[in-house]
Amino acid sequence: MRRIAIALAAALFLAVGAGACGGTDDDDNADKAAGAPAAKADKLEPAEITLWVGFTQRELKVFKDAVKGFEEKNPGVTVKVVGGINDDKIIAASRGGKAPDVAQSFSADNAGAFCSSGAWIDLKSYMERDGISDDIFPPAPRSYTQFEGTRCALPMLADAYGLYYNTEMLEKAGLDGPPKTVSELVDYAKKLTVKNSDGSLKVVGFNPVMGWYSNTPANFGPMFGGKWVDESGKSSLGSDPAWEKLLTWQKKLIDFYGYDKLVKFQAGLGDEFSASNAFEKGKVAMNVDGEWRTAFIADEAPDLPYGTAPVPVDDDKPDLYGGGYTTGNIAGIPKRAEHPEHGWALLKYLTTDDEAMVFLSNGLRNVPTTASSAKSPDLKPDPKFDTFVKIFADPNTTTTPVTAAGSAYQELFNGFVNKWQAGRVDELKAGLQDIDKQIDAQLANAEGQQVP
Amino acid sequence: MSIAPATTGALDRPPSAAGDRRRARKRARWRRRLIVLGFMSPWVVGFGFFVAYPLIATVYFSFTHYDLLEPARWIGTANYEYMFSEDRQIWGAVKNTLWLVAIMVPLKVLFAFGVALMLTRARRGIGFFRAIFYLPALAPPVAATLGFVYLLNPATGPVNAVLGVVGIEGPLWFGDPGWSKPALTLLLLWGVGNTMIIFVAALVDVPRHLYESAALDGAGPLQRLRWVTLPAISPVILFSVVIGTIEALQLFTQAYVAAQIAAGSASSAGDPSNDLGYPEDSTLFYPVLLFQQGFRFFNMGYAAAMAVLMLVVTLAITLVIVRNSRRWVHYAGGGR
Repeated sequence: MRRIAIALAAALFLAVGAGACGGTDDDDNADKAAGAPAAKADKLEPAEITLWVGFTQRELKVFKDAVKGFEEKNPGVTVKVVGGINDDKIIAASRGGKAPDVAQSFSADNAGAFCSSGAWIDLKSYMERDGISDDIFPPAPRSYTQFEGTRCALPMLADAYGLYYNTEMLEKAGLDGPPKTVSELVDYAKKLTVKNSDGSLKVVGFNPVMGWYSNTPANFGPMFGGKWVDESGKSSLGSDPAWEKLLTWQKKLIDFYGYDKLVKFQAGLGDEFSASNAFEKGKVAMNVDGEWRTAFIADEAPDLPYGTAPVPVDDDKPDLYGGGYTTGNIAGIPKRAEHPEHGWALLKYLTTDDEAMVFLSNGLRNVPTTASSAKSPDLKPDPKFDTFVKIFADPNTTTTPVTAAGSAYQELFNGFVNKWQAGRVDELKAGLQDIDKQIDAQLANAEGQQVP
Repeated sequence: MSIAPATTGALDRPPSAAGDRRRARKRARWRRRLIVLGFMSPWVVGFGFFVAYPLIATVYFSFTHYDLLEPARWIGTANYEYMFSEDRQIWGAVKNTLWLVAIMVPLKVLFAFGVALMLTRARRGIGFFRAIFYLPALAPPVAATLGFVYLLNPATGPVNAVLGVVGIEGPLWFGDPGWSKPALTLLLLWGVGNTMIIFVAALVDVPRHLYESAALDGAGPLQRLRWVTLPAISPVILFSVVIGTIEALQLFTQAYVAAQIAAGSASSAGDPSNDLGYPEDSTLFYPVLLFQQGFRFFNMGYAAAMAVLMLVVTLAITLVIVRNSRRWVHYAGGGR
């Protein structure tokens, strides 16, 4: 027995020793890149720098081609583009190992974490030195690339959401043009729905179930002008009547179909990002989706007759029409970057140079994120895509707030909406207010504060 | 833990035969301890680095705000206060996980025992059937889950198609909060091969003569099962209950994959956590929520607090089972 005790004591001793060595983050080179940049040099020193992006396959190739323009302008500088990167890898790289000189993330929700922690360096001094103002970006991308005044990221292409509609189905049903209000949307949806002989759904006019494909409260919110937070920064899902109205409207349309029937219908549909996408296959007549779908349709269903329009809006707020939800890719310089100066040059090129932006937008069919490039005559003309460029620039277009807990608040809301649409919430307003409380408490916890 | 005082103290006194012997014995004892420690050192180092250190670090981090990016900041008991006073998601997750412990674990043990019993009774092709029933345990969990989500697809899956033929309208399975956990249970029952093999081994080990004497005393098959088989294999039952419980408390992969696929969105837009818990948080088990907090919301301090709670609960449940087991577990050799 005593022998075991001694062995255990030795193990514990070792463990505590190891804990003392490794328990705290060593910040030896944390501030290496965080200091003020040196005076701007005319020419970049020759170097091999690394760029991490989330893109893969066809899209990665477009990105590599775009980077060639940077290499031509900066002889001696070569850029190694690594694709398929997700946020886990970006975070791991900011803690140890080899960090890239520029990192791109698909998830603007994480800008809060990157900026507040210093995982990505503050770009302010670089921007001031090179005379770049963030006014060149429209308000939404300007907001989702900073957190509480720290700008650690720049927007690199954006996504805007609108309504896709199958023109052939609309014509057959005698409907003219896309619906502009939510009551029209309901009307259209009912007319476009086709049932099988056993009562199951064959074609759904518009599927309002949240969580399916790109259906999220974030994407639907702009239809009713729902605000996520009030002036004091508290969650306002319960206090802003728009959300209650949106969910009541949505549930009514779900009940028209029957929730269980919709769930079963969804289970029989193909994967969102595959050639058997329900809209591309004509299984849904109208769908809220991002601008990238135009490129997918061109590739996977080139004969599909369709049109694009802004999302329909609340009948009582017709002036909201034209706006929508936007979010986008963000890019920044990790604090452990080896060549921050080169990284900045590349970041600047990819996010603010009109030529690069237009090249990327044409290749990826994502919305360009500077006001000037959005108006560039070199953008490949495509009326279906232009809809989204216009939505992106519309003053009613909104994005989701950046928080220290990433998208945690959206997850909580999604969870609530899932119960609501299945008919398992009795009191909508009280439920929303309750979710507000949970969101505020969760945020306080995620920011390391005491529970309010 | 030093031998220095003993030796120096001994030097001051005049040497005596008895003292020498004592010293020699002490030295020998210490040498033996060091040798033991030397032999154990690979384990001690491994245990220290891979168990003790993470454990202690987790407890430490649970009292901090730690987002993986900045150094951890001490916030006292704030994480625990949030856990017990404000966070309602966690109690939903606890309920889901306890459902598994209460329903899935007994089913798994029963099922594994039942299959093992049949396998030991088979007269021909025992090896073949044993392999067939064991095979699912070799399927990678992700692949197995994908397979089940496909089989149980309410619209296109064969299971509901077959049910439809006999006039039963199949449930929505992974799409219905009332059926998602039973569907997962089916998946886990299917992969019960490991436990089954242990039961087979235990059943084969039950001494024949006990059955014979029971039969001579007039015991029927059911009585033989109750009074011979069950007591003889009770240590294995205990083992599979404990291991099954720990597995249930840690169930993650299957729930994670099933929710993502069944939700029907490819979650491409950078956030793969959108569908965790689908439908309606019914598959949001404790480890899934822990993962979400730690690795999606960068709230590692809170995730650490959750891990500590899980450790405590796992220990408590295991202790209860083991203590309780003294009443029904019989070890061969008559020790207990």
